[in-house]
Amino acid sequence: MKINISKIIIFSFTIFLLSVFWLGLKINHNYDTKSLVGSKISKFYVTEINNENQYISEEDLKKNKYTLINFFASWCSPCRAEHRYLMSLSNQNKEIKIIGINFKDKKINANNFLKDLGNPYNFVGEDTDGKISISFGIYGIPESILVNNELTVIKKIIGPIDQVQFNDILKSIQ
Amino acid sequence: MLSNIGIALVYLVLIFSFLIIYISSVDLKTSSQFIEKNIYKLSLFQITFTVLSFFTLIIGFVNSDFSLINVYENSHTAKPLFYKIAGTWGNHEGSLLLWVNILVIFSYLFLIFNHTHNKKFRLYTLIFQNILILGFLFFLLLNSNPFNSIYPIPLEGLGLNPILQDPALAIHPPLLYVGFVGCSIYFSAAMASLLSGYAGKLFAQSIKTWVKISWCFQTLGIIVGSIWAYYELGWGGFWFWDPVENASLLPWFAITALMHSLIVLEKRNTLYSWVIILCLSTFILSVTGTFLVRSGILNSVHTFASDPTRGIYILSFLSLMIFSALIIFFIKNKKETYNFNLKSRETFILANNWFMVFFLVTVLIGMLYPIFLDVLTNVKISVGPPFFNIVIIPLVVPFMFLMAIGPKFGWVKSQNKIFYKILFLILGAIIINLLIFYFFGKYSFLSNLIFIAAIFLILYSLLDLKKIFNNKKKFELPRIISHLSFGLLVFFIGINHQFSLEEDFNLKVGEIKKTNNYEINFKDMKVKENKNYKAIIGNFKLTDLKNDLAQYLNPEIRIYSNPETLTYEAAIRTKITSDLYLTMSNVSRSDYYNIKFQKKPFMIWIWISALMIALGGFMQLILKKNED
Repeated sequence: MKINISKIIIFSFTIFLLSVFWLGLKINHNYDTKSLVGSKISKFYVTEINNENQYISEEDLKKNKYTLINFFASWCSPCRAEHRYLMSLSNQNKEIKIIGINFKDKKINANNFLKDLGNPYNFVGEDTDGKISISFGIYGIPESILVNNELTVIKKIIGPIDQVQFNDILKSIQ
Repeated sequence: MLSNIGIALVYLVLIFSFLIIYISSVDLKTSSQFIEKNIYKLSLFQITFTVLSFFTLIIGFVNSDFSLINVYENSHTAKPLFYKIAGTWGNHEGSLLLWVNILVIFSYLFLIFNHTHNKKFRLYTLIFQNILILGFLFFLLLNSNPFNSIYPIPLEGLGLNPILQDPALAIHPPLLYVGFVGCSIYFSAAMASLLSGYAGKLFAQSIKTWVKISWCFQTLGIIVGSIWAYYELGWGGFWFWDPVENASLLPWFAITALMHSLIVLEKRNTLYSWVIILCLSTFILSVTGTFLVRSGILNSVHTFASDPTRGIYILSFLSLMIFSALIIFFIKNKKETYNFNLKSRETFILANNWFMVFFLVTVLIGMLYPIFLDVLTNVKISVGPPFFNIVIIPLVVPFMFLMAIGPKFGWVKSQNKIFYKILFLILGAIIINLLIFYFFGKYSFLSNLIFIAAIFLILYSLLDLKKIFNNKKKFELPRIISHLSFGLLVFFIGINHQFSLEEDFNLKVGEIKKTNNYEINFKDMKVKENKNYKAIIGNFKLTDLKNDLAQYLNPEIRIYSNPETLTYEAAIRTKITSDLYLTMSNVSRSDYYNIKFQKKPFMIWIWISALMIALGGFMQLILKKNED
């Protein structure tokens, strides 16, 4: 066999691919949020659900002492279950601002959802195709991320917020 | 008892595989033109014992013999007979035995049906195929033995995952296995061809039937899986770009490319190296898909099979396959010179291949990127439909144009005669598209292009079809049907995507909801006890306010007892023009039920056109046979 560059490239690529697979077997596949807590959130840009000209980005979060970014949709029933905790959070605590990201939803449904159950959000962002949520590392909804004014993730909640999580959030922002 | 019989049979198969490899290697050196009789006999024994071992396992499932761990873990006495049998391959160990069976069956059939071909080539194929068989037999015996026994014998089994208890899903794995594992035979044949120097036209003839068979089954298997997702998962979609769906697409792209370039090799005796690469990569991609799905590296509906120790075994075997294929290819492959005329059919087939490779690479990147990122940077992401839609859909437009025009070009060189016809048909397609756009609603520029290209392909194929009935060139019929159906498929998916209606709301019994010309009345609810589950059946009166047409739909929530699981059965009313799709799910701690109502136009036509693509393949198998 004559050795030439293309062969070397193909072989090295194959070896690389197979070793990635090999390493992939060894890592833990349970979705683990620990690595995200303590890291900074990346840049983002979300427009308001009812007003395309209004938007927020990571710069706006620096103004709030704490921000809870909540990912929700009208079609998701656990989101309904957690909604009352979001409501009481927004009523009880003025230090925390809540941003809702409406995940793969229809505008009418989302608005009805908020009309029926109340609107705890200071801002509702639109994420029709789910891309923004993915950039936040969202796996499924509901999920919530608690961020401080340095944009560091303090807490990440996967699944609906319940009484325990609710108390945890209050504790984290004291 | 069954455990011992099963294991004994598997060992017998193992011994026969060794013997076949040994005697074939000896027979390679003899000068006789014919393959030694003993090899046929051994192969016959091998196939008999393999099939028997599979039947032994089926008997275990049918009789609910819980002395087998596999039966205990995946079956239950209260399951209907049909699902007891389907349970045999509804789990990792059983499906691996099915895998071995298909390897052996293809090995035997290839041996006896290809008697006109070169002896050395056939022997090498047999040797490589049996090396593959050995690899999977060792895997089965060392790591995933379906015949492992358990003591004391449990009285009752754990049951089969309810979402797998569905007729479509019972036949989905066998179809896919025939499709994916069937590729093994031309992997072996390609290796044999490199080693024996039996190349070109004759090689193409020896594998073309096997390529077609596995293509048909792969296509059918993927469609059935998609139908299952539509009816069973209750989301109203049929393709989710889920990693496992993607894993099934990779070999399909490769094999579709192979099927086309094989024609060039057969007619023009060129593209040999490329055909070999495709032969090798189709099976390698099948095994890669299996590895990704079964090792648990990817998470999805198919995680029933996830286990890292399996992953290590499959990965080692995969590495061995890839490196031996690469080394043999690099040593034995000779440089070819190509001289293609731009306006010849081979150019178009080559273009088809480039598109296929592009689709393949896109899906591969989308699948592997999250794994790479996870391994190298510990960042977890998922690649979803937006990526695939953005990258793949625009390319489908030129792809469909080439698909229509390509087959009209002659081999070697062609004239410009068809130029006006193309222009005329494009004009026709644009007009039809404008009519749809004008009467039914607006959609994006890209969607316009998709519709135009799809309609163009449909019109072109219909003209071809008409020509066939005039001049009786029957052998072209399968190709036209498959191409026509692909155009129809894209067209109906486009329509379905653009004009679907979806409503989501909560209702309790007695309430009425009006939406988009439909009135949905939640009349009452029943509880029904079935053999292996309890069903909560909702009774909904659905009135079409436009035509004042009322019908009843009954979605179900099923509570399975073994293992205890909830599943949601959609109520689907299929009509020629559209599907009405209703699912209900319980909202915890409330009287309300979450209702999802969808109207999906031309849903049935998506299935029909997809099935027709596969039908074209099957017709090709039958028609070509008659010609010979």
